[in-house]
Amino acid sequence: MSTATISTTGAAAGRGLGYKTFSIGKFHFGRDEYFAHITYPKGLHIIPIDNFLRSLMRDVAWGFFYGTVNFDHVFGTVNHYGTVDMFAGLLNEGYRAAKQDYVETFNSKDLKKVFEDMLADWTNEGFDPFAAPDETGKAFGPKHGNNLKAIQRERMVAKRMVGLPNDLTYRTDAAGQTINRQFTDVPQDKPEVHAEPGFENEVHAFNMFAYVSRSDVTWNPSVVSCVHDSQFCSTTEEQILPITHGNDRVEWFIQASDEIIWDIEDGKTGRPRAKVTMKAGDVAAMPADIRHRGYSPKRSMLIVWENNDGTLPQRYASGELTPYPVEF
Amino acid sequence: MSSPQTYFGSLKNYQKGGVQVISGDPKHYAFSNCFEVASKSKPYEKVAVGKNLKYVIEAVRAEGTSPWFAADHDEAALVMDGEIEVHYVKPDQPQVPAGKEGSIKLSGEPKGKKMGWVKVRRGHMALLPAGSAYQFRSATPGVLLVQTILGDCTVERWAEICQTKA
Repeated sequence: MSTATISTTGAAAGRGLGYKTFSIGKFHFGRDEYFAHITYPKGLHIIPIDNFLRSLMRDVAWGFFYGTVNFDHVFGTVNHYGTVDMFAGLLNEGYRAAKQDYVETFNSKDLKKVFEDMLADWTNEGFDPFAAPDETGKAFGPKHGNNLKAIQRERMVAKRMVGLPNDLTYRTDAAGQTINRQFTDVPQDKPEVHAEPGFENEVHAFNMFAYVSRSDVTWNPSVVSCVHDSQFCSTTEEQILPITHGNDRVEWFIQASDEIIWDIEDGKTGRPRAKVTMKAGDVAAMPADIRHRGYSPKRSMLIVWENNDGTLPQRYASGELTPYPVEF
Repeated sequence: MSSPQTYFGSLKNYQKGGVQVISGDPKHYAFSNCFEVASKSKPYEKVAVGKNLKYVIEAVRAEGTSPWFAADHDEAALVMDGEIEVHYVKPDQPQVPAGKEGSIKLSGEPKGKKMGWVKVRRGHMALLPAGSAYQFRSATPGVLLVQTILGDCTVERWAEICQTKA
């Protein structure tokens, strides 16, 4: 594991655009008006800065998530839950064949700190990397201001169910959590709840679709209900999932509204496997050996169903569990 | 600016997507549609449409009055279509062996204290709390997705409900 000292250089590189450069291990990061530049011992990689910041936002907000967060077909991270691999070309067949792949392992806290600092410095005023492109300003140009409010949102995780005492609260106009512009037709009615005295914490229901309609982020699952390790994670999706997610376990999608089209690729090589079109009411598994990216033409509601059991990555990696959830 | 039109689907009006295979088997995605499943189910038959080891999502056609069910753990019911009442009783005696996973069907309403009831519509999610007994009542056909654990009531018929051909 790399234990190199984290360094963040004080001065921006290159043409005095005002941005800091960042280094950890043998990876170095810089940005200009349009691109993130990543250098590592075997080479250089460039990612459009808006895509990079959107991917970086998810990686930071999700604590490196489950499995692999591919920023694109070359660069990404693999979560080992305490440590994290950062790589170039590791999951790209061409890079691997040419032995041009590169990976370093870091303490998760160290890499997260560098990523957080990078996100804070490189996100300009007016650009929200969690918003849909149509909802926010541009990420381009020289450094101007910041958007700390946007990048420091906390991930919402229900312990049992939204709305129960000591659990996540409802989203309200008063709290600034207004209905998203593309969900103004989603009913906001409340269920009728008639709890007998003493059972107020047990007899409970809430309008989940209304709750989701007030989310101000995209492609950012938040837990709304739990049954032990089974987590329903609702999310609103619009345009493109910034990352290609390679899960280290099976996950499932329930399309609650509208439509998402998914590109499915082999998790290790990137070879295309399928296109999955999901419409309202559709339910589909994402096997444990693939990666996926979604395209949502209209803002849609998706429920991502996760199994939070921490033993699963090793059980799938060892072959104890098959990557497909059901055999028939 | 045109008003948005959010499409939810229903028993009477749904569209189904699908898997376009480039390499592999469509069965790997266990692709189904909960409205289609419910349209072919018996009332309150709990058909698995999702499975992650011991955890399942059951699609339930809510029509008429259901049996009484109980589980030793929480469950959550999301309404995808319809208007459904859920009535709860706290049994005087536990109805489910401690640690048993999944819901069980009771022979009738257990003796106990009425806990209350909820009326839920599309998009609403109701808690089915551990240790309670619950009954669904729906005047017209609706669809529930129940987040739970595989159990005695879970019906698995994947080959019938899932896309099997590319």
